[in-house]
Order: sequence, then C-alpha cells, then structure tokens
Amino acid sequence: MISLETYILITILPPLIVCLVTPFLSNNANLRDFLGPLGGIISSYGALEIMNAVLEGKAPSLKLLQIADGIKIGFEVTPLGAIFGLVASVLWIFAAIYSVGYMRGNQEKNQTRFYTFYAMAVHAALCIAYSGDLLTLFIFYEVLTFSTYPLVAHKQNELAQKAGRLYMSILVGSSVIFLLPAIIWVWVVTGSLEMSKNGVLDGNISYEYAPYLLAMFVFGIGKAALIPIHKWLPAAMVAPTPVSALLHAVAVVKAGVFTMLLILTNVFGIDFLSKTGASTWLIWLASFTLLITSIIAIYKDDIKARLAYSTISQLSYITLGGALASAMATQGAVLHIITHAAGKITLFFVAGAIYVGAKMSKISELNGHGKSMPLIFLAFFIGSLSIIGVPPMAGSWSKFFLMLGAAESGYLFVLVVFSISTILNAYYLMEIPARAFFLKKDKEIKVKIPTLIIIPILCTCFLTIILFFTMEPFQNLTSIMVN
Amino acid sequence: MIDIIIKNLPILVVLTPLMMSLIVVLISNNFLSWLLTLFTTLITFIFSLLLYQEVYLHTAISYALGNWVPPLGIEYLIDKVSIIPIIIIALISFLATFFASKIMPAEINNSSISKVYSLWLLAIAGLIGLVTTGDAFNLFVFLEISSLASVALVAMGGQKDKQALVAAYNYLILGAIGATFYVIGVGLLYGITGTLNLADLSNRIAEISDNKALIAGFGFMVIGIMLKAAVFPLHIWLPRAYAYAPSAVSVLLAATATKASLYILARILFSVFDISDNLVTYTLQYIILPLSILAMFAGTIMAIYEKDIKRLLAHSSIAQIGYITLAFAIGTKASVAAGFIHLFNHALIKGALFMAITSMGFYINKRITINNLSGLGRAMPITFVCFVICSLSLAGIPLTAGFISKLYIIKASISADGIWIAFLILASSALSVVYLWKMIEALWFHESPKVLNIKEKPEIYIALLMITFLNIYFGLDASIVVNSSFEAANQLLGVQK
Repeated sequence: MISLETYILITILPPLIVCLVTPFLSNNANLRDFLGPLGGIISSYGALEIMNAVLEGKAPSLKLLQIADGIKIGFEVTPLGAIFGLVASVLWIFAAIYSVGYMRGNQEKNQTRFYTFYAMAVHAALCIAYSGDLLTLFIFYEVLTFSTYPLVAHKQNELAQKAGRLYMSILVGSSVIFLLPAIIWVWVVTGSLEMSKNGVLDGNISYEYAPYLLAMFVFGIGKAALIPIHKWLPAAMVAPTPVSALLHAVAVVKAGVFTMLLILTNVFGIDFLSKTGASTWLIWLASFTLLITSIIAIYKDDIKARLAYSTISQLSYITLGGALASAMATQGAVLHIITHAAGKITLFFVAGAIYVGAKMSKISELNGHGKSMPLIFLAFFIGSLSIIGVPPMAGSWSKFFLMLGAAESGYLFVLVVFSISTILNAYYLMEIPARAFFLKKDKEIKVKIPTLIIIPILCTCFLTIILFFTMEPFQNLTSIMVN
Repeated sequence: MIDIIIKNLPILVVLTPLMMSLIVVLISNNFLSWLLTLFTTLITFIFSLLLYQEVYLHTAISYALGNWVPPLGIEYLIDKVSIIPIIIIALISFLATFFASKIMPAEINNSSISKVYSLWLLAIAGLIGLVTTGDAFNLFVFLEISSLASVALVAMGGQKDKQALVAAYNYLILGAIGATFYVIGVGLLYGITGTLNLADLSNRIAEISDNKALIAGFGFMVIGIMLKAAVFPLHIWLPRAYAYAPSAVSVLLAATATKASLYILARILFSVFDISDNLVTYTLQYIILPLSILAMFAGTIMAIYEKDIKRLLAHSSIAQIGYITLAFAIGTKASVAAGFIHLFNHALIKGALFMAITSMGFYINKRITINNLSGLGRAMPITFVCFVICSLSLAGIPLTAGFISKLYIIKASISADGIWIAFLILASSALSVVYLWKMIEALWFHESPKVLNIKEKPEIYIALLMITFLNIYFGLDASIVVNSSFEAANQLLGVQK
C-alpha cells in the first residue's frame, strides 16, 4: 500500500527528474525526448490517485522543509489543487509528445535546454497545485516564472529577448511588489501562512481594508492576466508553440487563475466575500477584461496572437467566477480551468501544426487549406466549439455553471456579458475553420505534418468530447470544495 | 587547558588576530604568511563559534580585562547581540583569507605581501574588538585600529592603480572625522556621567533627564558612527574605497567593515540610550528613517548608472545598509531582529558578489567594467553560476538568504502599520534587479570581442562556492539566524520596555 505522501512525490518528482537528467542526454536525442511523455504518464498516475483520495474526503499532505519558525515548504492537496494537478500532468503527456514532433519538424536549436526548462516549468506548476501554504505557493509561483523565461526567449533574437524581458518584468515585478506584501499582510493579521477551506480572514481584518488586500492579490497575480497586467501573455507568444500550448494556455496562466481562486476561496472565503462585497470591483474589472480582449482578438490576424487574447478573455471567466462569490459560480470557475485547458491546448497545437506543416501563421493565409489538412482543422473546429460552450463539448458544462452562478449571486449584467462574449468567441474562432473550408485557395502549398504532431492533437480534441460525459468526478470535487 | 580557553574566549577572539599580525609581518615567505593568516582566521572563527555556544549557555559573558572589575576596568561584554557581528566578521575573514591566496599576489608586490597580511589581521582584530568591548573609549581605540589598518589596506591598491591612494586618503580623512565625532560624544557623556562603561553609562543616562550636553553627546556619537557605517548621505568615502582596494580587501571590507559600525549604532540607540526616550524616537523617525529610504533609492539608482562593477556593488551596499538602518529605525522588536537578519545575510551576499566579480577581474587581468564583462559568463561557468545565485539572493528571490531578510523586514514594517514602507522596500528591491540583470545579460548574452581561453582555478572558486553555498543554506534553513536575531532584539529592546 503506497501512502498518500508518496503519491504527492510520484506526481511532482517526475518532471524534476526529467529536468535534472535531460542536460546529460544531449547526445541521445531519442532517449531524451522519450523521457517527457514517460514522466507525464507517471505524474498523471500519481495525480489521479491523489484525486481519488481527495474525492474520499482526505487531504494528502507532505512537509518538505522547515525554514524557520512559521515558515515552511510543504504540500497539502485541496480539491482545487487536485484538479489543477491532474490537468497539468495529463496535458503534459500530450504536450511532451507534441513538442518532439514540433521541435524536430521545425529543426529548432538548443532542444536540450528547451526540454530541461519545459520539465522544470511543469514541476513548478504541479508544486503550485499542491502547495499547502501561501509561502510555498509564492515560491513555486516564482520558480515557474523563472523557468519559463528561457523558453520565451528561446529563439535568442532581438524580438525574443525583448519579449522575455517584458515577460519577466511584468510577472516578477507584479508578484514581488504586490503579491509578496499581500501574503505577508495575511501572515501579520492571521499569525500564520496557512490557508483553510473557508478562508482565514474573517474576523482578522476590518471590512474596509479587505478590498485593498484583495486588490494587492489581484494585481500581484500577473499570471491571471487581468487588464492592465495582461501584456506579457501576447508577448510570450514568440516562444515555440509547445510552450504557448502547455504553458501559456495551461500551466502558467492556469497557475495564475488557480492562485486567484485559491486566494478567493481559501484565504478570503466565499462567505466573507459575499458578506463584505470586497470582490464587487473585481467583477467589473473581470467583465471589462473579458469583453475588451474578445474584441481585440477579432482584430488579430496572427493565429497565436488571436488565441492569446482569447486566452486572456477566458481566464477572466474564471476570475469572474471566483469574484461572484457564489457556490455555483466558483464551481463553474473551477470546471472552466479543466475545460478551457483541454480546448485551448488543442487550438494551440493546431496553430503550431499549421506553422510546421505549411509555414503559415496568419489567419488571412488560411483560405481554402482545409482540404489539405482536414483532420487538423476539424480538431480546431471541435476545440473552438468547446470554448464557445456548445454541447456535447466539455466547455458547455463550465459555462452553464458560471451562468447559473451569475444568476444565483444576483449580478444579472454578468449574464449579458457572458452572452456577448460567447457571440464574440464564436465569431473570432469560427473564422479560422470557415476560411479553411469554405473560401477559395490563393495558392498551392505543399503540406507535411509530422505524425507526432497529429496524434496529440487528436487526443486532446477527443478529450474535449469525453470530458463532457465524464464531468461527474470533477463536479463532485468542486462541490466538496464549496460545501 | 580547554577550561582556560573557554574562560578567556572573549579576549582570545581579539588577541589571536592581533598577536598573530605581529608575527606574520616577520615572515618573509609569502605562502607561509598566507597560511599562518588562514590558520589564525580559522582559529578565530572556531573561537567565535565556541563563544556563541557559551553565550547561549549563560545569556551574557562579562570579561573583566586584567581583572579590573567594571565599571572601573575595561569590560568585554559578549551577549546575544554582539555575538552576531562577531560570527559574521570571523566567518567572512576566514573565507576572504582563503580567497586571497592567489588573488593577493596578483595585485601586490612580492615584498609587501606579508605586510598586507599583517594589516589584514590587524583590521580583523580591530573589527572584532569593536564589537566585543563594553567600554566606550576602548571602542574608540578599536575603531581607530580597524580604520587605520583598512586605510592602509586600501592604499595597497595603489601598486596597481594610483586612484587607490586618493580613495585611501578620502577614507582616512572621513574616517578620522567620524572617529573624532564619536570621541567628542564620548567625552561629553563622560563629563556628565563620569563613566565610560557602556552598561553603566546606560544606567546613569536613564537618571539624567533633559540635559543639553547629553543631547549633544548623543548627536556626536550617532553621527560619528553613521559616518563609519556609511549611512546615506555620509557614504561618500565608501564607493571609492571599495572600488580601488585590492580585490581580496574589497571582499573583506565590503562584508564586514560597515557591519561592525551598524552594530555599534544599534547598541548606542537601543542599549546605551533608551528607545522609550523621545531623543531616540525622534532620531529614528525623523532622521534615520528618511535617510534610510533615500539611501535605498539613491544607492540603487547610482548602481544602475554605474559602469565600473566594483563601484556598482559598493553603491548597492549603500542601498543595502539603508535596508538595515530602516529596519532599526522602525524600532519594534521584530524590525530590529529583521535588521540583524539582514546584517548577517548581506555580509554573505556582498562578500560573495565581490568574490565573484574580483575573480573575473583576476582571470581577464583587467579592471572590470560593464563593457568587458561581455561573454565572461560562458568562459567561466562556475564563477558565473555563483554570481547569478548570489545576485538572486541580493534581489531577494525565494530559497536564498536574501529572501529571508526581505520577508522579515517587510513583515516587521507591515506589523508596525507601515505598509507604505513595505512598498518602498519592494520597489527599491525591484529596481535592484535592473542593475543585476544588466550584469547578467552582459556576462551571458553578449558576445565576447575575442576568444577567451580561461581555466578556472580551484584555489579561487572554492571560497566562492563555500559562500554561495551558505547563501542557499541560510535560505533553506534560516532558523539559527532568525532565532539568534530575535534573541538579540529581545536583549536590546526587552529590558527597557
């Protein structure tokens, strides 16, 4: 019988081991590239077991290191963390396979460095998912930023370095100037860095200060990409597509909204928020971000840029769900982490596949190419449907809950925001398959897409459909979380 | 034998380097003189560790020099406060001596090496004496010993670059002014109270209220020590002195010299005088607090625009001293403790950064400016990695010692209702990333103009590795530093309140 502590290690260690071993395998590319998917499978197994344990009502925990009195690095899995951990580790399998296809197909340089930091980033994301206290969360949040910098600046040209600098300065700057003092503020008022299921602030902070503390958290968590700290995400799109797919659609940004939800539920607590109305302003900010970025997305011709703005908009759904401070909306927000991850990673995979296979990165160039890459565009179509929220795709569940939550909390204008945004989503995402299938081709292009790219695309695309039918365990987890 | 050593530890930590400096000067073999110096600093370090253990067994050790009972005789007082700077000085001296083995002969003429080591030990003895003594006048003597020795050490840089002579002269004059101010202050206080023993002084001052001479004495002492500690704007001697001193001397001075003075500052403010006294409160709130904040930003901004790397690090030291005095100025137990935590951690960080930079200078045999850092990182990976780790530590990135300092300083300022201070600290530490990044970018991303064929030498990087290791170790297991600092703060502030 393997103990729960061991399962935590089984989940978080494989990416760390991959990261440490990869630099020594630069001469053996096949073995090196095999490690990623293997690590993903082991991690996912651990994450799955942990999720089962959490479903049974347990809270697996592991103390790693005592730094000083009251400061430790330790893990304690919450239902929210179990979900995020599973999402990150499962999608790592597909992304790892995809990276091999992409990096080889595109003949990128410095592949060993790429895989090293890729695994490091996944490790940091998993540690964030399972972190047991605010300081552990903060530490791995920073590790995640630092480990993704070499990936963003991978191409080492002027543009990539500039993007990398912007990326670092926004993410590190916001977290150090706002997130860290916010965490210490909580530490000062509650006397510890622990979080608890129903929040720790009630009775410890006066109602008038609560919105300011929340603001420090919101602007400190740059990874959640709310306006005005969203600029790093489009800039980060200079990275190779596997990075955009796993990190900037799943691990990094989801780490952001995960942290946001954790702060809203386990530090502030839903009851405290609805009692004090501390998060009302956040509802407006998130709604604003959601609509504006959807509109910006329409005007982007670069596929990855459009997807980046779409991501920002979808992240705001999650923040908004948390800010509504109702049980339903929070459940919807958590489910949206899963469904958006599966959908968006598919879309990014497709964008990368088109780039590798046909060297195209602009939407206006895609006219009529649906016939030469039918599977790819079909996958994009299905992924888009999921993000728009059409049944029977996974995305419909989370949107359904979010809308119910908006109604439950009484902010009816949020329902209108959701509807408008859905229409915009449909408009800017559907344009891509529509052009590919229905418009006339401008010129002939020879298309060659590696198999290692097609397989993960089909898998994640399939996942968006399967998730629609297997949402139950996740929904149970979210109800454990809010009750 | 052991008993005698244990009993006489407070004087041994001072006497060992002092006596050995007289012997080292007589040795003509350079290697031997280095070895003897290393051995002496090692012994001193071991003594300081033993002393730490003793202090925690007995809370405080009072040692009457020549068996003259204080307050008449000179008292050496080692308590939970003074043990912190003692450990810092002893530890850094050992590491710096280790580091000096190959660096020193590269910059100093063969004939003067043993003299340099003699001065080196003298400076160390002065610094340790400064923090061990419990007598105000004896403190002045040690202040002068350490200053004069350091000035001579800085001037030794003149063998390579004549600028060092100017720097040393500045250092000498300003140091003398600082020491004079201090001794005038002591004189005034002696006039009123009739005692020189610090503890006794503290008791008698408590009985006197509202005396102009007392205020004047306090002012002279504090300003004199602030000059020695390079508190902004009394810092002007520091950048030049650190920049033009021989490499190993920069390491030693940057990590220890101002630390001892900062400790004395804390001692005067909190222990000799009383924090509940308006005089101290006003000084903290209206003088030291604003100056510290200015120091944080001025130091950082000067560092951003500086091209010479040793000067850059010196400017950064001014900002870091600002953090420490800021922590003292907030004046709560938690903040004073945070100040001591940073006192310790900053010695490790700055010592390491100076080691890394000066060893780069040694390999390329040039003065290190931002322009000739290009591509050095790739040519000397070990040094570069250590440099990056310690830069992260300086910026206060988690899992390094610097993070622990920052965490506690910010926590203390938020607890004291000074969230705006927390923001200022964070803003300035975010700014510090600018100059750190500037160096790292040059080291790693810029191409070197010519092919560098450099082989890193273990004699040089072992000390660097050790101090880098300490930077990480005290980021992961900070309980000793944190607990000792809180004990120190309790001892400084606890009694009076």
